[in-house]
Amino acid sequence: MPKTSDPVLTDRASIIVRGVGKRFLLRHTHSLKETFIAAIRRKKIASTFEALDGVDFVINEGESVALLGFNGSGKSTLLKLISGVYRPDRGEVLTRGRVAGLIEVGAGFHPDLSGRENIYLNAAILGMTQKEIDERFDEIVAFSEIEQFIDTEVKHYSSGMFLRLAFSVAIHTEVDILLVDEILSVGDEPFQRKCVAKIRELSAAGKTLVVVSHDLNMVADLCERGILITKGKVVFDGESHEAVAAMRAQ
Amino acid sequence: MTELVSRPDLREFTRPGRGAGLIDVFRRRYLLTLLVRKEVQVRYRGSALGWLWSYVKPVTQFLVFFLALGVFLRLNGSIENYPIYLFSGLITINLFSEAFSNATKSLVDNAALIKKIYLPRELFPVASTLVAFVNFLPQALVLLVVCLFVGWRPTVFDILAILLGMAIIVCFAIGLGMLFGSVNVSFRDAQNFVELIILVATWVSPVLYQWTMVRDILPDWMLVLYQLNPMTAAVELFHAGFWHPTTEGAVDLPPNLAYYGLAAFGLAALTLLIGQFVFRKLEPRFAQDL
Repeated sequence: MPKTSDPVLTDRASIIVRGVGKRFLLRHTHSLKETFIAAIRRKKIASTFEALDGVDFVINEGESVALLGFNGSGKSTLLKLISGVYRPDRGEVLTRGRVAGLIEVGAGFHPDLSGRENIYLNAAILGMTQKEIDERFDEIVAFSEIEQFIDTEVKHYSSGMFLRLAFSVAIHTEVDILLVDEILSVGDEPFQRKCVAKIRELSAAGKTLVVVSHDLNMVADLCERGILITKGKVVFDGESHEAVAAMRAQ
Repeated sequence: MTELVSRPDLREFTRPGRGAGLIDVFRRRYLLTLLVRKEVQVRYRGSALGWLWSYVKPVTQFLVFFLALGVFLRLNGSIENYPIYLFSGLITINLFSEAFSNATKSLVDNAALIKKIYLPRELFPVASTLVAFVNFLPQALVLLVVCLFVGWRPTVFDILAILLGMAIIVCFAIGLGMLFGSVNVSFRDAQNFVELIILVATWVSPVLYQWTMVRDILPDWMLVLYQLNPMTAAVELFHAGFWHPTTEGAVDLPPNLAYYGLAAFGLAALTLLIGQFVFRKLEPRFAQDL
């Protein structure tokens, strides 16, 4: 297996990940009674799980990077560390500029609000100002293709409409770093193609992209660089097609 | 380790997930208003009476207490304008109860969001408290109308007393909400404990009875403790603002109420600081424990 390339800090660095480790505590007991009984029987009360261990890399401005790995490899954890949802137990994560995640789109949607209200709420959650949302509102609606239903409550939307709207809001946020987690399963094929085209457009405009997806061929084409993670460690860092080949060889 | 070639200026970088706490809530006030508006809009959605419930609930609560305490226990005879006395105290304690209880649950209620997107998490308890404040306004309006009807002509000091009372409650509720809310993430015992505190709070402030009844029984030092409770001060400030101007002035307000009011505000601010401190200590674990 090829050696992982050493991270090199340059002036164009956008995301710096240095010696990052993340450990999760798995509690086996859920109440005082259970803890007490487990202690008497000398059973384990908790165990730890090393999700990431000594991860190092630097992503430069305008780079598009695919995080690759099988389920449970730690790639989503890594994405959450970059977005700030989690904090590293060891090492540090540094980012420059505005970060927005297309992480499980629709998390901030409220079913009882209309599409219009949800656009404002979600765009604000993703860090946009009122002025920015006003400016982009029409574009967001047009991209989602649900103009007709924009004033309908979101709970009446079909799941495809819901995802399209959520994705459309997220992709139109003003960002420097865009984190994409498994969203390219959104909608039907024409809409997927549109999403990929939009992501390419953002990348061409100099945005930094970090993508997690199980559609290996698609991410290999979309991204120029691939970082392969196995059991919480970086095992390959290089050209994306080679990274996918390395992953398939495992 | 790695050799660093031409170090970039690290000052431009931020550590994701570390905010400035309550200051960030102020910076993202547009989002805060949207969160509050959402809660207010959604609150009575799907109910036929809608916002009427905001009037029905406190009025029913008032009638029950008035019947039991005012009529059966005859407080109506011994306390002048007892209905106004009772209602001004009740809405004060209602504001506190709702704000505190909502703020405590706010993090668990917004788990889906906290686990997926980074936001200044203080937004949630603050938004919940503001929602409670919005629900308090119709009740305050009812009180205001009744007071005007019986000849309420407030002075500037009366208005200041009411505003100070509201400031104490909002500060105190946000502080306690952040404290118990952040503990509630890992130990849901917190929200049950908060319900207990709220139950007790109604009775350890002079909402249903008068402070003079406490004075006649408790030794002086305990009376001081009783009055140092920020909620006692807030309730008495509401009495001073709404109820006292409508009476003949036969019954005195507690002495040094202004000082106790300011002390209460100080204590509420201290609670806010402690709440923020504990919140920040526990925050790194929110996303993984929820």
